[in-house]
Parts: sequence; structure tokens; C-alpha cells
Amino acid sequence: MNEGRSPAFYALTAFFMLFVLFLYGPTIVIFILSFQGPTGGLTFPLSGVSVHWFEKLWAGGGLVDIGGAFRRSLALGLVITILTVLLSLLAGLAFRKRFPGSDLLFYVTVASLIVPSIVTSLGIALEFRLIDDLVKNYAPSWIADGFQTSMGNFTSGLGAHLTWTLPFGLLVMFAIFNRFDGRFEEAARDLGATPWQSLRYVVLPIILPSLVGVGLFGFTLSWDEIARSSQVMGEHNTLPMELQGLTTSVTTPEIYALGTATTGVSFAVIAVALFSIGALRARQARHGSDAGKA
Amino acid sequence: MSSPNLDRFGVPGWLQALPFGLVFLAFFIVPLILVVIVSFWDYNDYEMLPAFITRSYTESFEGCLTSLPDLCTIFRTYLSTAKFCLIVWALTLVIGFTVAYYLAFYIRSTTMQMVLFLVCTIPFWTSNVIRMISWIPLLGRNGLVNQALIGAHVINQPLEWLLYSPFSVALAFVHLFAFFMVAPIFNSMMRIDRRLIEAAYDAGATGWQMLTNVIIPLSKPGIAIGSIFVVTIVMGDFITFGVMGGEQIASAGKAIETRLNALQFPPAAANAVILLGATMLIIAVMNRIVDIRKEL
Repeated sequence: MNEGRSPAFYALTAFFMLFVLFLYGPTIVIFILSFQGPTGGLTFPLSGVSVHWFEKLWAGGGLVDIGGAFRRSLALGLVITILTVLLSLLAGLAFRKRFPGSDLLFYVTVASLIVPSIVTSLGIALEFRLIDDLVKNYAPSWIADGFQTSMGNFTSGLGAHLTWTLPFGLLVMFAIFNRFDGRFEEAARDLGATPWQSLRYVVLPIILPSLVGVGLFGFTLSWDEIARSSQVMGEHNTLPMELQGLTTSVTTPEIYALGTATTGVSFAVIAVALFSIGALRARQARHGSDAGKA
Repeated sequence: MSSPNLDRFGVPGWLQALPFGLVFLAFFIVPLILVVIVSFWDYNDYEMLPAFITRSYTESFEGCLTSLPDLCTIFRTYLSTAKFCLIVWALTLVIGFTVAYYLAFYIRSTTMQMVLFLVCTIPFWTSNVIRMISWIPLLGRNGLVNQALIGAHVINQPLEWLLYSPFSVALAFVHLFAFFMVAPIFNSMMRIDRRLIEAAYDAGATGWQMLTNVIIPLSKPGIAIGSIFVVTIVMGDFITFGVMGGEQIASAGKAIETRLNALQFPPAAANAVILLGATMLIIAVMNRIVDIRKEL
């Protein structure tokens, strides 16, 4: 089947191209429509081309506090990225050894992907509501007075996002270490490297490009997350949550402008990540090391 | 993948895994236990009251026995959600398998394979809500599809069932989550020893026989993992049903959301436990078909 191009090849190529069109077509359409003229509506035809709706979006008039939501999502996404890389790396290293409870931890991690997000979100919300009740009723007055809620972007919200990003992080770590040649580490150890030196100077430089990939998952999954966030963000919604709310109320191309802007951030992050991965790989190759090629 | 000779080298594994584990203890295990506990609590208009009663469950299943043979609300909701599951699963499976098969066996260079796989992956890294609303200019009353069909004189009136309908919900699911099928099936296929394909070819297998006797059986782990992803996502979804269904289509996930919007936590928790049970049941059935643990 690998010799010559069969009719099946052309049929499958056509199928694949249709699939790609299906994936990207709608996004391209709203990208175009976000440049709709000031009098234009939600569908074609374009009545002129302008950045009117982006200006309106930037001015913030009409829509809810998009700027604030944007900054909150960005800040949360960055913290999630760092934590996802750090915790997944540590757990990935742990899973290369045997440790008590490793099977259990693996199943819990996978379960976190499979349990419907709304159930997890509800559970975290209940947890923080109960904590609030406990604090209000039993904490000494200097804490309880003026206490509103423990729920927020960086408490319950952070936790909820981690239950979504960490499983992906760990699965990527598994893929990384499955391809990792342990002989590099053994060589380092035989040469007298301490565990820290072997990690710092052997393992990390080799897997660094892949760690960027873990970070990419962490950021983009957090940046777009709604289902888990829905019950746990407290009074300040994240950007995709605001966006979901707007889908029913906004009837101007401003929502497309917002969509184009959000997708732009996603694409920028993906591009930076892919570029860094490429640059790091090239650097590894340039330094004449055969690391990672095993 | 564990290297036994690393076991006593450096920081013990359990310590390295501890922060990771604590996150799941605090934000997953404890919350799930609380959901089960609170589902047995009582409630009134503005707060939940610790108790041990089955009120939330009996209310959820209210009238289910008396209304027989007609289905009560909750059974109708689950039946409808299951129908969406089945449709979306079948479509994503066919599309995902075909795409993965093309990438794994018809693209010769590894670089090209990775580039094309990345092309499939990138939308997964962008916002789901944006990808949903991007169907509006295509499927709306005055959208491109209706404009084209009217322009070609296929129809006189714009089709109303294109948007905010079961059709658009299913379409959005396939659009959003086909990746969850492509990735694991592609992964399974890439692990198939190419010599098996050669052997089948040398033994005179046709392309079709190769597909049904070699590739599909060996792709089963990927198919199973993808299926679990897709089915559980559709079962618990409330956002796609909400946005693409115009908030008019019931689903198991939306039933929970409705209770939450009314701040009725115990009934929401009871519905969550029921949903969890239904999801587990589906996974258990799938697990009977393929032993997922063995295949990982």
C-alpha cells in the first residue's frame, strides 16, 4: 500500500481537506465578519470593511467589563501554565520510579478528565461554600468580621483549572519519558553526578522543548475553560465565561471582534510555543548532541 | 517505563508526586465526596440544611412510576442526551478514524505527518465558545447556507432547523471534539509495527482486508479512549447544548445547571450523582469491550 499513489490516497486526501475546511472554515468566516462595516450585521454581505467593531470593543462600551475579564484570564492562565509545568514535571519524574499509591494517583488523574466538568465544578463550589460557612460561624472575630468568601479566581478557580490542565500535563510527560533514553541519566550518575545535577544538566535540557508543549496545554486549556469555571470563580468571571454570556445578548459583529481577538491570543501563544520548541530543538542539534534522538 | 535502577536515586517518588496528588485531593476527591454527601441534604429557598434524607432523589424521579408507560422528565432527558451521545460518537468515530488512518498510513514523511497532525490540533487550543458562535453566520436564518440554497432555488424559505436546533448541537459537538478521536487513534496506529502491514501485504491481503483484519483490531485501544472522551463530554455537557441549542434543548448536564442557577445545591448534587452513575455505567460497558487498562 505504500507503493504508488492509489485511488484511496486521493479519496482520503480529499476527505482530509474537507475535514480541515470543516475545522477552520467557520473561524475564518467570523474573522472576516469581524471587519464588518459599522452598519453591517451578523451575516454576509459585508457592508464595507472597517475596524469599527474592534474600536468599539477596545472602548469597552456596551459590553461588560471585557478588559478586566481579559486581564484576569491572562493572569490566571500564566499562573496555571507555571504550576502545570512544575507539578506535571515532578509527577512525571515520580512515575518513572515506583512509589506507593502510584496506580491510585494515575486513576484519579484519568478520572478527573472523565468526570463531567460540571460535577467537579459543583463539588469545588460546595467545598468553598462550606469553608465560608465554617469561617463565618467558628473563626475568631478578627477573621470572621468582614469575611466575604474564600471563593475566587486564584483559590477555587485555580484549583478547578488545575484538575483540567494537570491530567493533560501528566499524559504529555508520560509520552516524553516513554521516549527518553534512561542511559543518559545512568551515564551522568556513573560519572558522579548528584541527582540534582543529573536532572539540571542532563534531563531538563533534553526534555525542555517538550516542557514548552506542556506549558502550551496548560495555558490554552485554562484560557478557554468554561465548564469547570462556571460555579467556582466567585464574583469575577473569566473571559470565556463572559463571552458565553454574551452569545445570547449581543447581536452586533462586536462579538466576532471579541472572538477574533481571543483567537488571536490563542494563536499568538501557540505560535510562540511552537517557535520556542523549534528554536530549542535547533539549538540542541547545533550543539552536536544526539540528545533526544534516541 | 519505570527504570528500577533509578528507584533509590534522588528524591523519593512519593514526595515528587505529592504536590500533584494534593491538588487532586483538595480539588477533586474531596469535592466529589461532598457532592455525594450534599445530595442527601435538605434545603430551603436560600440555604442547604445538613440532614440525611432522599428528598433530592425522590424529587428528581418524581412521577417516574405513576406516569408509566410514558417517560418522566429525567428519563426523557437522559434518553435524549444518550441519543446525542450515540450520534456524535458514530460521526466522530468515522471521521476521526479516517483522518487518523490517512495521517498514519498515507503520509510518508514524518515531518509532514507532524505538520498535518498539528493542523488538526490547533483548533483544539482555541476557544470552544468562539468555535460555536462561528457557525452563526453560516447556519443562521440569513446565513451563508440559506443564502446559497435560496440562490440555487433549492428552497424558497430559509431553513429554520439549521441553527439553535438538535442539528446544530450535534454539528458543534462533532466540530469541537473530533480531535478527541483523531489523537488517540492516530497514536495507536503509529504504534502498529509496520512489518505486520508488510506481512499482510505479502500474504496477499487486499487493502480492505488489511484494514479490517490488522489495522482496526490494533487500533482498538485508541478507539476506546477516544470513545470514552467523546461520550463523557457529551453526557456532561451543558455549554454546547445551551449555546447551540438556543437554551431550548434539555440535557443531563443542563439539568444540573438549572438547579445551580436556582441555588438548589442538594438537588444539583443528586443530579450530579445520577449523571456520574450513568457515565460510569457507559464506561463499564465500553471497558467490557476493550480492557482499557491492559491497552494503555
